[in-house]
Amino acid sequence: MKIELRHEQFETPSVLGSFLRKLHIDIPLFIGLILISIISLLILYSAGSQDMDVIMRQISRISLAFVLMTVLAHIDPYQFKRFATLLFGLGVFLLIAVLIMGQIGKGAQRWLELGFFRFQPSEMIKITTPMMLAWYLAEYPLPPKSKQLFIAIILIAIPTLLIAKQPDLGTALLVASSGAGVLFFAGLSWRFLAVVIVALSSLTPIIWHFMHGYQRDRVLTFLNPEADPLGRGYHIIQSKIAIGSGGIYGKGWLGSTQSELEFLPESSTDFIFAVFAEEFGLAGCLGLLTLYLLIIARCLYIASQAQDTFNRLLASSLAFTFFVYVFVNIGMVIGVLPVVGVPLPLISYGGTSIVTLLAGFGILMSIHTHRNSQ
Amino acid sequence: MPDIYFIKDHSVEIRLFLGRIVAAIIVIFILTTGLIIRLIYLQIVGNEHYSSLAKDNSIKIVPLVPTRGMIYDRHGKVLAENTPSYSLEIIPEQVKNIDDTLLRLQKLLDISNEEVEQFQKLRKRQKRFASTPLLLGMSDEELAKFAVVRPYFSGVDIHRQLVRHYPYSDLAAHVIGYVGRINETELKQLPIAEYRGSSHIGKLGLEFSYENELHGKTGYAEIETNVQARLLNTLYELNPEPGANLYLSLDIDLQKTAYDAMAGFNGAVVAIDIKTGGVLVFVSRPGFDPNPFVIGIANEAYQALQSSVNQPLYNRALRGLYPPGSTIKPFVALAGLEYEAISAEQKLYCPGYYQLPRVIHKYRDWKKGGHGAVDLNQALTESCDVYFYRLAATLGIDNMYNFLKKFGFGEKSGIDLIGEKLGLLPSREWKREQKNQAWYPGETLIAGIGQGYLQVTPLQLAKATATLANQGKVVTPFLVDKTVRLRGERAVFNVGNDNIPLNPINVNTVIDGMINVVHGAHGTAKGINKNISYQIAGKTGTAQVMGIKQGAKYNENNIDFKFRDHALFISFAPANDPKIAVAVVVENGGHGGSVAAPIAGQVIKQFLRDNNEN
Repeated sequence: MKIELRHEQFETPSVLGSFLRKLHIDIPLFIGLILISIISLLILYSAGSQDMDVIMRQISRISLAFVLMTVLAHIDPYQFKRFATLLFGLGVFLLIAVLIMGQIGKGAQRWLELGFFRFQPSEMIKITTPMMLAWYLAEYPLPPKSKQLFIAIILIAIPTLLIAKQPDLGTALLVASSGAGVLFFAGLSWRFLAVVIVALSSLTPIIWHFMHGYQRDRVLTFLNPEADPLGRGYHIIQSKIAIGSGGIYGKGWLGSTQSELEFLPESSTDFIFAVFAEEFGLAGCLGLLTLYLLIIARCLYIASQAQDTFNRLLASSLAFTFFVYVFVNIGMVIGVLPVVGVPLPLISYGGTSIVTLLAGFGILMSIHTHRNSQ
Repeated sequence: MPDIYFIKDHSVEIRLFLGRIVAAIIVIFILTTGLIIRLIYLQIVGNEHYSSLAKDNSIKIVPLVPTRGMIYDRHGKVLAENTPSYSLEIIPEQVKNIDDTLLRLQKLLDISNEEVEQFQKLRKRQKRFASTPLLLGMSDEELAKFAVVRPYFSGVDIHRQLVRHYPYSDLAAHVIGYVGRINETELKQLPIAEYRGSSHIGKLGLEFSYENELHGKTGYAEIETNVQARLLNTLYELNPEPGANLYLSLDIDLQKTAYDAMAGFNGAVVAIDIKTGGVLVFVSRPGFDPNPFVIGIANEAYQALQSSVNQPLYNRALRGLYPPGSTIKPFVALAGLEYEAISAEQKLYCPGYYQLPRVIHKYRDWKKGGHGAVDLNQALTESCDVYFYRLAATLGIDNMYNFLKKFGFGEKSGIDLIGEKLGLLPSREWKREQKNQAWYPGETLIAGIGQGYLQVTPLQLAKATATLANQGKVVTPFLVDKTVRLRGERAVFNVGNDNIPLNPINVNTVIDGMINVVHGAHGTAKGINKNISYQIAGKTGTAQVMGIKQGAKYNENNIDFKFRDHALFISFAPANDPKIAVAVVVENGGHGGSVAAPIAGQVIKQFLRDNNEN
């Protein structure tokens, strides 16, 4: 894995390059994101039974997300630090509001209706949680002492539990890992990490007790998908067939013969990797993984170049969370992780996650392009 | 804010941080390697295996939809069944020019533009090779027309499926309810595996309340298909388990009698088998035909039902709230006897009105000039209001509340239908909570004649009447007598054994009064006592819809129909060995005795004639 990206390419900027730099756009990251978006549209065209409506909607969402990314890239990272607590507090407040409204409306509710669009506070909290933790931990010398650790864990637990209660296990997991990422990069001691892992695994029966019925089912299905072929094991069996039949080179674009996927309600969303793997095979999968890793590598490089602790922690955590996204989604589609509702980042159909992800990249670009020249 | 002790050493922090970046890269590398190994395992090692599953001959798991359970009445007459229906469906992939095909089909068959639009919408949501319905419920004529030209329409075919049908149409629509297409909200809450392949779900009435029993268990078949999705071979089959058949306590013939007797009016009739609690009649008028809801009711027709002033979709028997009027009097009388607020022989003088001490307001009797001195029996027979004003004043609202509550007023009856209304049995606490006001003595008086805040459903009235006839042994109404599955049947309802402790002498005193209502010379419902060998006990009620000003006179003929009084009647028979209890509410019917009582009379007479041998 290489993370050295050549610096020279910035010293001889093309016309476009200088324009993008004026926009505070990081060019390598930008190229990676554009490539991923193109892949997303290609595979959605195939998975969504060649429906142009789906493509147009996805294009408009991606465009919106890129605009938001550019806006955030413009903002000085100092402003993120300044408003971290306020944004985090607002996010938690909205999560509670959604929960209460959900209880009134009977049933799971994850969004607030804002007239022209639906706003999911859980998306916003994905970014504000690491922001809050980075702000808090950067106030103290690193590595964090046990008191700061305690408070940090509470700060992570609040949004995580609120989202898990919605119930949205996938997003809760992402929020928790974004917070944990900050702690990890802040230099949390290895011994403590080991203790947490042991403690968590011994807590499994208790966690099991508090799970919703359908969450338990997902875990059981993960352990033995064949037990319930028509119901919960269905997705995993079908997606394994699709991926496995793809072979090394795949069946080609639009070539997925797995009509079984017609039953797969998530073939355009959470399970889109199965369609990708069938059409482009192992070679395509390795290519896609490489592209993801390059994006992550660039983000970690940005983190390593950041000039203050807050920026470093925030950037590295966003990069790490992006990896968790990729790992959890692909892991569940290929049957090594239980099915939690996590989309394949930047590729799955659906607006909100793309907007949040690109907002995160906007912050990374802001951190990178607002450095003081040495 | 950092204290003086927090001195940050930046070079240490940066070294720590870079160390963590390296650690993260290692973790990411290991986890990614794990994913790649799994992908290699699936796509290289398992490729042959999965390809054989997927490529030329693929194994498909198809759901086998269970047949929905039937619904029968107590004599085995079919109330809800599954009849074959034919629909015209198109597989878009196999049609060259879909617009042209649609135009040709429209020319041939009577297909509205609305149906074509619906088809286009459905088509967009489905895969190109999925069969999409265009025309539902085809007639024999349409079937024949299409059969002739079928060879010219490739990709268009007729499909047969079972469709829910309600042979009695509007007669018992509110009880039986109907099934309709599963909508998106329902889809999200349903167990996916159980409803894979099912298109309909119970929406109302028993179809809704007993959805779990009626639906059955979905099976599946593993079939081998080729690339064109043609069936080659069935490998394994797990048969679906049909839904349970429901056997109701309802008597559809008796239901028809009650329904027809109610013709021209809005209202409800509920009859209960006192011995078991089984509901015999559950009429809500006006009715509606549930059959269009099954295939998807046209929007205009639905709007018409929704906006009709008569509210045909509203289940009045279960959810209609009415002031009970004088039908509450037997219960108040019994409360008076039980709490010893009055004795059976004690006579109270009725001058035609009643006044509370130091209050000018006159609480009037329905009979101008009054009934004179009346005892309890006469008070019930002639429905003397003043007697009950005085009795209520003596009892007080707290005693009345506690006593009436035992009979199920203000509470759900416990019937096996979802959506029952609570009604309203007012109390001091209720008024404090809801209106933040003290309870006024005048409100106790009007509660004593079943007016004011008091609201009951026809079902509650029937339940209370049955419980009274049953000497205080609480009758809990139910509709489904048993569910019958392939393997064994199950009695759904257990008869409860709640008992209201009552003195039998007091109960019989009240029942004697109720017998006189029907059989006495001055009884308010004496019109229904002809040609019977047993006695009917009853009580009429007339509930005001509109307040009448002090000093004004209510004149039925001068008043708009919708402001005319509701007519009520509760009854049970035979009085000495009660078998059936009936409650009737006729909206804007005027007098209980002349409009509501004959309906109950017809139901009672038919039931006892049919069940004579028992």
